Amino acid sequence: MAEPSFDLIVVGGGPGGYVAAIRAAQLGMKTAVVEREHLGGICLNWGCIPTKALLRTADAYHLIGEAEEFGLKVKGVEIDFKKVIERSRKVAARLSAGVAHLLKKNKVTVVDGHGRLAGAGKIRVEKNGKAVADLTAKHIILATGARARTLADLEPDGELIWTYKEAMTPKAMPKSVLVIGSGAIGIEFASFYRTLGANVTVVEVLPKILPVEDDEICALAHKAFVDQGITIHTSAKVNALKKEKNSVSATVAMDSKRFQIEAERVILAVGIVGNVEELGIEKTAVKVKNTHVITDQWSATGEPGVYAIGDLCGPPWLAHKAMHEGIVCVEKIAGQAGVHPLDVSRVPGCTYCRPQVASIGLTEQAAADKGLKVRIGRFPFLGNGKALAMGEPEGLIKTVFDDATGELVGAHMIGAEVTELIQGYAIAQTLESTESELMQTVFPHPTLSEMMQESVLDAYGRTIHF
Amino acid sequence: MPIQILMPALSPTMTEGNLVKWLKKEGEAIESGDFLAEIETDKATMEIEAIDRGVLAKIVVPDATDGVKVNQLIAIILEEGEDAAALNDLAPALQAAAAHPLESQVKPTPAPISTQPGATQLGDRVSASPLARRMALQAGLDLASLTGSGPHGRVVKTDVEAALSGGAVEMPVTAAVAAPPVLASSMATAGEAAYTEAPNSMMRKIIAQRLGQAKRDIPHFYLSIDCAVDALMALRKDLNAKAPEGEGAYKLSLNDFVVRSVALALRKVPAANATWTDEAVRLYSSIDVSVAVATPGGLITPVIRDADNKGLAKISAEMRDLAGRAREGNLMPEEYQGGGFTISNMGMYGVKEFAAIINPPQSCILAVGAAEQRPVVKGGALAIATVMTCTLSVDHRSVDGARGAQFMAAFKALIEEPLTMLL
Repeated sequence: MAEPSFDLIVVGGGPGGYVAAIRAAQLGMKTAVVEREHLGGICLNWGCIPTKALLRTADAYHLIGEAEEFGLKVKGVEIDFKKVIERSRKVAARLSAGVAHLLKKNKVTVVDGHGRLAGAGKIRVEKNGKAVADLTAKHIILATGARARTLADLEPDGELIWTYKEAMTPKAMPKSVLVIGSGAIGIEFASFYRTLGANVTVVEVLPKILPVEDDEICALAHKAFVDQGITIHTSAKVNALKKEKNSVSATVAMDSKRFQIEAERVILAVGIVGNVEELGIEKTAVKVKNTHVITDQWSATGEPGVYAIGDLCGPPWLAHKAMHEGIVCVEKIAGQAGVHPLDVSRVPGCTYCRPQVASIGLTEQAAADKGLKVRIGRFPFLGNGKALAMGEPEGLIKTVFDDATGELVGAHMIGAEVTELIQGYAIAQTLESTESELMQTVFPHPTLSEMMQESVLDAYGRTIHF
Repeated sequence: MPIQILMPALSPTMTEGNLVKWLKKEGEAIESGDFLAEIETDKATMEIEAIDRGVLAKIVVPDATDGVKVNQLIAIILEEGEDAAALNDLAPALQAAAAHPLESQVKPTPAPISTQPGATQLGDRVSASPLARRMALQAGLDLASLTGSGPHGRVVKTDVEAALSGGAVEMPVTAAVAAPPVLASSMATAGEAAYTEAPNSMMRKIIAQRLGQAKRDIPHFYLSIDCAVDALMALRKDLNAKAPEGEGAYKLSLNDFVVRSVALALRKVPAANATWTDEAVRLYSSIDVSVAVATPGGLITPVIRDADNKGLAKISAEMRDLAGRAREGNLMPEEYQGGGFTISNMGMYGVKEFAAIINPPQSCILAVGAAEQRPVVKGGALAIATVMTCTLSVDHRSVDGARGAQFMAAFKALIEEPLTMLL
């Protein structure tokens, strides 16, 4: 049988992989995607999208709880938990089908099975352990993503101890949840379950929650969560989990103290590890460090014709970073002019808890560590008309400028809808705007976005509305 | 034609200065060589000298004006026989000039936000990000001298940073295709020799700026040494005769041996692999050797990275590839940026010896002359040897004479005993 040959084979149909494939097809490359489970990957099936559907339910429920504030009387509100999960799954299924359609429309061949390198320019596709196809390609992009990290003694069992996957598809609403790890994933689940009424405890090994965010934002988030009734233990470590019949008992060590936390369910959100196994990279020049493939700025691995993108290559583990890397990688392969490597410092991060958190660039601390003399701007939601009208008076927009040049080196936000606002600063950074352009831009009134300008003005002692 | 007196630049980085006072009054006659006014920067005070004779017709910028931009109109001199009506022709310029001092007065006070660069680029605006614009202004760098690596050639932060750190000629070579020469002889007036003008390409401008700056600012000194290369020539012939056909084929040039010798000599004398900065002398951990390549657009210096860890065949293959693509204008920026030491070889042109200008921010450049048969004295008798004269140009701020000499001795030892390159 002749081996089907391609210009490009992408192993893994997640957001990095399928976007790379579509871009390659647009550039006239004969392209295939090998996917073993479902198009759209974790992001679309078990990550970004279904959790946003769940959090939308939480937001709606929260707002109904505030109905009287808005002059509405609402009675008899009930949670149909099964329906909540169903809706989330439906949204994911719809988008996954959408990806299949997009690939078809762009004439990308989708090969069902597990792909692995099998010699230079060769991919062997296996299904249930049996080889089903051998493909050849001039270029191969590995985009196999990552999975939840598990810790010794803290093994998930899918019943009482969950990873994100079980946490978004439970059969019943748990009465209490222990979340281990306070990154974006952990905090989003904590927020979801707390808003729907569960008793939630978060344990974080580092001294603060949302560890990658700016200290000031972390402190505000911490306070907001505690006010909502979430119990938070920072600088604390879960040493052991003991399973009971329908609950788990966790031993937590904090400073020199030890104590027990009882919860019906435990969610493990302690980071992720790259899917570097079973890729056939052992006999190649592809190098792996800390479960991630090492690549250069163009995603090249060191093995000729083999590239790697997305979560497989390490943090930030974000779909939009994978997509962007995929596009850069493909355009570089195609010899497009004017391709620029991804600047990781300009990748925004969003956490869709309540209140939302979004950021881009350097935190105040990171800027100081780099030796920059900074100007800090702050503007609270309290000073914004639209925020008050929405009933969202809590939040902050913080900007960090390089005092010497006026470069916007970082922006950090907490509050309603900030995940939709952060792109404004992302554009400003990409265009290399200084404070001057941000001040000259006309922001529409009344919007939350006005705070973005006010924060810039504040950095230069010129804020108007506070 | 009225003569426009513009605010002069007292230094290459000066962007504005203060007009302290006028030494002539309006209506006063001016002789060539007269002092017109006193101007001042943060560094110095100087007089503006009149070049032509005439009458000081109009003072545009009055005494004690701060923040006058370089090239801003400050006064007008009428030549003999011209009357004040000629000033009308300059009305727009006067208006524009009048706007300038105003602008500097309305600087926002709560925070020092630098004013926008003047309208100097209005005619052919350089595409640059606001941040790059401001950084260039602060550093006194001419945006037009930079080539942007951003979308559609936009000058972005990294381009300004690269120019400030002096990393080689910062531009894609493709942009260096020279504009066609403009035949200007038709414009030459009687008595003037006919000429053509080739507008400066970006590459020429950058070469002019960087090498001008290097020759002005770097205290160069030069060390010349003669190297007998008979053994090397014999070894080269021997090795080339043993080159395989097809895959792995090589043809070593004399220059490949020079690159390797330089790399190994730098290992012995790391002090020559350095950059001077005001705060510190920076010693590079890796040995990256730049090699000057002449291209139709001008000089470019592709880099052999980690040259001390590469064999002759590898150096040769890389050099061939880089030089070829340099001439075609197909080098990637990372292929010609950086490098800690440069080699400039003019031997193929029969040049006996020369001294090169240091390629900033590096501290040393080796000028390699032709290998030719010369009479030498061996054991008290005349003999014939193949000799190549090499001259090292050294930045005395970062590398002292003795260090430079040590490097040359190490280089000579390797070149004259090429088998030691194997060690």
